[in-house]
Amino acid sequence: MQTTNAEAPQRPIAVRLTGVSKHFGGVRALDDVNLEVFGGEIHALLGENGAGKSTILKVLNGVYAPTAGTIEVNGAPLNEHTPDAAKRAGIGMIFQEMSLVPTLSVAQNIFLNNEMKDSLGLIDDASAAKRARTLFATLGVDIDPLALVGDLSAGQRQLTEIVKAISRNVKILILDEPTTALSGGEVEKLFTFLRRLKSEGVAILYVSHRMDEIIRIADRATILRDGHHVITAPMSALTLDKIIEYIVGRRSRGFSDVARINAIRGAPLLELRGVSGPRRPRSIDLTVYAGEVVGIAGLLGSGRSALARVLFGIDPKISGEILIKGAPVEIANPRDAIAHGLALVPEDRLRQGLVLEHSVEVNSSISILERLSNWIFVSPARAEAAADRQIEALRIKTSSRDAPARTLSGGNQQKVVIAKWLNTEPDVFILDEPTGGVDIGSKAEIITLVRDLAARGKAILVISSELSELLTVADRIIVMADGRIASETARSEFDDPVPGDDVGEQLQYAERQLSTLLQKAHTHV
Amino acid sequence: MSNATVTATPSASSFANWRQYIPYLGFVLIFVFFSATLFNKGFLDPNNLLNILRQTAMISIMTVGMTYVLAAGEIDLSIGMVAGLASLVVAVGMDWYGPIVGVLAGVAVGCIVGLINGVLTTRVGIPSFLTTLAMMGIARGTAMWMTQTKSVPILDDAYIWTFGGGSLGPVPVLVIWTIAVAVVGHVVLRRTIFGRRVLATGGSETAARYSGVDTRAIKMRVLIISSVLAALAGMLYAGRLHSGRFQLGEGDELSVIAAAVLGGTSLFGGTGSVVGSIVGSLMIGVINNGLLLMGLEYSQQLIARGAIIIVAVAISQSRKQ
Repeated sequence: MQTTNAEAPQRPIAVRLTGVSKHFGGVRALDDVNLEVFGGEIHALLGENGAGKSTILKVLNGVYAPTAGTIEVNGAPLNEHTPDAAKRAGIGMIFQEMSLVPTLSVAQNIFLNNEMKDSLGLIDDASAAKRARTLFATLGVDIDPLALVGDLSAGQRQLTEIVKAISRNVKILILDEPTTALSGGEVEKLFTFLRRLKSEGVAILYVSHRMDEIIRIADRATILRDGHHVITAPMSALTLDKIIEYIVGRRSRGFSDVARINAIRGAPLLELRGVSGPRRPRSIDLTVYAGEVVGIAGLLGSGRSALARVLFGIDPKISGEILIKGAPVEIANPRDAIAHGLALVPEDRLRQGLVLEHSVEVNSSISILERLSNWIFVSPARAEAAADRQIEALRIKTSSRDAPARTLSGGNQQKVVIAKWLNTEPDVFILDEPTGGVDIGSKAEIITLVRDLAARGKAILVISSELSELLTVADRIIVMADGRIASETARSEFDDPVPGDDVGEQLQYAERQLSTLLQKAHTHV
Repeated sequence: MSNATVTATPSASSFANWRQYIPYLGFVLIFVFFSATLFNKGFLDPNNLLNILRQTAMISIMTVGMTYVLAAGEIDLSIGMVAGLASLVVAVGMDWYGPIVGVLAGVAVGCIVGLINGVLTTRVGIPSFLTTLAMMGIARGTAMWMTQTKSVPILDDAYIWTFGGGSLGPVPVLVIWTIAVAVVGHVVLRRTIFGRRVLATGGSETAARYSGVDTRAIKMRVLIISSVLAALAGMLYAGRLHSGRFQLGEGDELSVIAAAVLGGTSLFGGTGSVVGSIVGSLMIGVINNGLLLMGLEYSQQLIARGAIIIVAVAISQSRKQ
C-alpha cells in the first residue's frame, strides 16, 4: 500500500529517514526503514516491542548512529549523530525512561544543559524559575518550578518532561508513551497542547501502545515489524483491526482470541474488611473467590498499587481485617504474605521481580531454595528440573534455562516472574500491570496464563491500566478512585446487549462502557 | 540578582529547606558542647581557634574536591596518598630546580593522577571506587620508592610562607587558601553550567546524557579536580611542616569523605554543597581538637572520633529517607 495523503505535497517534510538500518552485532534492530514526518502533523509510530520503534527514536535523537541510511531534517542532511547535534537540528524527545534528574528542581531540569545566564555568565535560576512558571501557566499545568523533581508524582514528572522539550524551541517533537503516567484529565490537556503545537507547524512523532489514543490524536501512522517498515497510511485509512493486523503480522493473537471462560466460583480465598493503608487505600471491602479473576481499574494515584502493597505487607495496614480462607491473618511484611499463600507480581518487574543478569533457572528458583536444597546445598538437579518444568508449563521462550533473564522478551520475563511465584504454590495471586511494556502477542499469552491459574482454583487480582486487558481477563471489575472502591461490576454487564459478530467490536463496546465508568468514578471524587 | 540569591539554593523545595541546615546545626552543637566542657582548657582561645583552622585547611580543600566527585556520583579514595606524593614531588622538584618548577611538578602530580583515574573510570569502565583504591597504593608506593621513604626538607622561605606558615595580618595563609578554594568551588558548583552538569550527572546519569550532557567528560573532570586539590593539600602540608613526606595525608580520605557527608553531600550523587563540606571539615577539626584538649589518649581519640562521625552521618543520612 502506498502513502495516500493528498495534502502531502504542500507540506514541508520536517524529518526524513531514507534506508536507515541499525545493527547491533548480528542483530538487525532496523533494516532499511523509510520514514517521513511532515511539519504540522502528528505521526504515530507503531509496532510490537522489539519492532524497532525505540531504535528509530534513538537514531533520531542522536543516541545511536545508524549503520546505514540518511537522516534529513528540514531538507538538510544530519551527518553528526550525537544528542547535541539532534538538539541543534530542533529534535526534542520525551523519553520513556524519564530524562529528569530527581535531585534538581523542576526549573533546573527544564533548562538543564540550556541554562539561562545572568550578565556575569553565571546560571540565573531565578529567571529560569520565572520562565518555567510562565510556561506552566500557558499549559495550564500546576507544578511549582522550585519543587524537586524527586518529590513530584509520576504524572507531574511526565508533564515536566514534555514542558522541558517544548521549552527547547523544538520543531520535531518525539513522544514515547507520553501518557502512561497521566490521568485522564492530564491526557486531555496534553492532547489539546499537541494539537496547538501541530497547528503551529511542529512535526510530532508519537509512539504509544494505546491504540485509542493513536486513533484520536494521530494524522498518519507508520507501522514497523521486526525492524522492517510495514506501511505508512493516514489514520482515516486504518481501523483498529487493521492496525493490529499490520503490527502483529499474520499471526493474529489479539485479545479477542482469548476465550473467556466464566469462572466457577469456589470458596472465598481472600476477604478484605474495611482495609485502609497509610494514605491509600481507604476502607476497602472486597472478596475474591477461588477460580475467579478480579480486575482493578483506576487511574494513576487511585490507590490500585497501594492496595497491592498493603495486601503484601509492604505498606502497613492502618485499619481493617484481611482474611485468607476465612481465617483472619496479620501480614506485617512480604514474608508473612508469602507464608499465607499470597504472591505479588509487581509492576516494575525489571527492578522488583527479576535479577536480569541471572539465569531463568536462578530467577525462578529463588523463591523455593529451601525445597530444592539438601541441608544448605542447593541441589542442581532439582533446581534444573524445577526450572524446566516451569519453562514447559508456562511456555517460556528462552534458549535454555541458563540464559540470563535479560535476553528474554518482556512477555517471557513476566512469565519467569510468574513461574517464580507458582513455585511457592500460592492461593492468591496479585498481578500489577502484568502486561506493561509487553507486546500484543505476549499479552494474550499472559492473559491465557492468568485464566489458566484461575481455572486451577487460584484467586487472582489483576491491576491494569489497559481496559481491554481487564475486560479480557477478569470476571469482575472493580473501579478504584481516590483510594476507595467506586464501583464493582460483573464482566458480563459490560457486554453489548445486542452483540455484533465482530469480536473486536464487542471488546471495543465493553471498553467504552468501562471507560465511561472510570471517568465517572473520577469526576465524583 | 537580589532575587537570585534567595532562590538559587540547590534543593529549593520549601519542604526540604529545613533539612539543609542540619549540618550547620550539628556544627553549632558540637562547638557549643566543647566550648562548655573545655571552657577552662583554652578551647575558645583565639590561638586555639586559629590553630583549628590551620589544621583543617588541608582537609577542607580536599573536601571541596570530594564534593564534586560525590556530587557526580563517583568517589576518590586516592586523595590522601596523592597529597603525600605531591608533598614529596614538590620538595624534590624544588631541591633540584627551584620553587617554581617544584610547584608546577606538584600540580602536575594531581593532573596526572586525576587523568589516569578519569580515563580508567570513564573510558575503561572500572568503577571509580576500584580505580582510586588501586591508585591509592600506586601513589603511596611511588612516594615511598622515590626517596626510599626518607623525608625531604624544604628550605625555601617564600614557599614556606605561601604554602604554609605565612599570615596576612592575623589571617593565616592556609585560611586564605581554604577560603579561595571554597568560594571558587561554591560558585562553580552552584552557578556555572559545569557545576549544574556535575549535579545532573550524579543525580541521574541517564537523564543527564539524554539532555545532551557529556557525562564521561564531567566525571573525568571531577576526578582531575579532586586530584589537583589533593596535590594542593599535599603542597600545603609540605609548606606547613617544611618537608615532603610520604606519610602526609595518610588516612585523610576517610576524614574527607566523612566531612563531605556531614556537610550534606550524598554518597549516591546528585547533591552536594561546598559550604556544607567546609562546615563538615571544620566539624572534624573541632572534634579532633576538642578530644585532644580533653586529654584523651590517641587510641581513645580514634574511638571517640569514629563514634561521633558515625552518629553524625547517621543523622544526616536519615533525613534523606
